[in-house]
Amino acid sequence: MLEQLAISTLNGIIYGMLLFMLASGLTLIFGMMGVLNLAHASMYMLGAYLGYQISKTIGFLPALILGPLALGLGGALLERYGLRRVHQHGHVSELLFTFGVAFMIQEAVQMIWGRIGVPYRVPPELDFPLFRLFDTPYPAYRIFVLVLAVAIFVGLFAILSRSRIGLVIRAALTHPNMVGMLGHNVPQVFMLVFGVGAGLAGLAGVIGGPIFVTSPNMAGALGAILFTVVVIGGLGSLPGALLASLLIGLVQTFAVVMDVSLDDFIKAIGVDAKAGNILGDIQHTTIAQIAPILPYLMLLVMLVVRPRGLFGSRDV
Amino acid sequence: MLELQDVHAYYGKSHVLQGVNLHLTEGEIVTLLGRNGVGRSTTIKAIMGDVVCTGTIRFKGRDILGLKSYEIARLGVGYVPENRDIFPGLTVRENLLLGQKKRHAQGRWSMQDMFALFPRLEERAEVSAGVLSGGEQQMLTICRTLMGDPDLIMVDEPTEGLAPRMVELVADLLRRIAERGVSILLVEQKLTIALEISRRVYVMGHGRVVFEGTPASLSADATIRKEWLEV
Ligand SMILES: Nc1ncnc2c1ncn2[C@@H]1O[C@H](COP(=O)(O)OP(=O)(O)OP(=O)(O)O)[C@@H](O)[C@H]1O
Ligand SMILES: [Mg+2]
Repeated sequence: MLEQLAISTLNGIIYGMLLFMLASGLTLIFGMMGVLNLAHASMYMLGAYLGYQISKTIGFLPALILGPLALGLGGALLERYGLRRVHQHGHVSELLFTFGVAFMIQEAVQMIWGRIGVPYRVPPELDFPLFRLFDTPYPAYRIFVLVLAVAIFVGLFAILSRSRIGLVIRAALTHPNMVGMLGHNVPQVFMLVFGVGAGLAGLAGVIGGPIFVTSPNMAGALGAILFTVVVIGGLGSLPGALLASLLIGLVQTFAVVMDVSLDDFIKAIGVDAKAGNILGDIQHTTIAQIAPILPYLMLLVMLVVRPRGLFGSRDV
Repeated sequence: MLELQDVHAYYGKSHVLQGVNLHLTEGEIVTLLGRNGVGRSTTIKAIMGDVVCTGTIRFKGRDILGLKSYEIARLGVGYVPENRDIFPGLTVRENLLLGQKKRHAQGRWSMQDMFALFPRLEERAEVSAGVLSGGEQQMLTICRTLMGDPDLIMVDEPTEGLAPRMVELVADLLRRIAERGVSILLVEQKLTIALEISRRVYVMGHGRVVFEGTPASLSADATIRKEWLEV
């Protein structure tokens, strides 16, 4: 029991930090430009596929560097020559534009790598148990992912809170126009943030691919979770994104190992199982089975109770 | 230094600026007067590149119409908006730092000068700008723009909603700014301070300039005041 708890907590934190790597870019882009980048999860997927391809041909370390770099560059160009032009036609056009990009990445990935997943595995250099948690060996690769994610998080916070460009970004989150009128090149900052966001999504894909399944479904599955994280954390809020990422990471990880249902609860309060069987199948459903819908449930509750999210300064 | 010729601007179908002409020479304080909604704010937003417009706008002999706001700011135009757009989540110091266009820019004004002018800002340097009083926020917005060392500063209704003592402080600050050779284009509602500190005044009505002259000539012209200013 305690062992399960420790492992699930660790897994949940790692998953949460990966979510944060994605959500941070998404929430910053939204806060500054008011655009919900629907292609963000697709960039994550593309990162995983690039990671797989480069790992196979050159090695994991080059993949770790080249994958995010390629996506970062691609993201910056996409902002500069695509989104910036679409911007003048309003938010709906921008949303449709990112939707188109998501669709294109999806189709391209399926065309190149096929409709079923690819065998992107943990790199052999990192494929060993690092330590034992009670009796279970814990894989070194997961700890590597955790360390990298924490390092990225610390770096991101340091840049945002200490550097001059960070100051400009924080101001532009709420008042991009005013920042421009003080003489800062806001469009360039947008491009930079979009590029870094895409690069981080790519990095999350490169390192997350071997843990989760690298397949064309991964973007759709993750995309919905990401929007949930960003809304729960509060649009544009980095601390909010961190908290919500960890929260959802832990909730999802714990829920899938919770093999309890209403049945067990009814038994526990002492009602005879046969006599209490009024709800039928509903009663037998375990928490593990409803785990996938828990984040959306949280999203709906959040929208009703506190539309600005945990740390957001404005409503959705 | 600044020259507008036949500037037109629209918000959707409404023709807000209907051919504005005005000019400003170096070191001048010029005030733009007029009733609510005649297009004074729109005029300075047009200069700042924040409103789409047609016509000619020249600054230091350069055509600036069509440039991006940040490019116009870098040429030496400073803008203090009417809604006091401070960055509420950032500290007072961070707000001032954002006024600087480059990291170690050395202009007419330093952070120390700002603090010397308004000790209150130094006391509250590490406080979120959002919790300052209205008057303090107004001082902060002006100081933030000064940190960017503009050659022309456009200030939109700085005294709106301020207590008389604060109004006096703002007027005093504007005079100090002009003393350092910075031109000021002021948008005001209060006739008293406008007449007191400006060299020339423009009166706007229905999207165009309806009067141009010295404060003394405006004081003498009761018909203009009655038709375009008094409510
Ligand atoms: N963003 C906007 N969209 C549509 N109409 C606008 C917008 N901003 C201003 N207007 C309209 O344009 C006209 C001129 O506005 P402007 O802000 O320039 O007036 P003003 O002279 O500064 O007056 P005041 O500041 O007292 O409102 C007004 O009738 C106003 O209602
Ligand atoms: Mg106005």
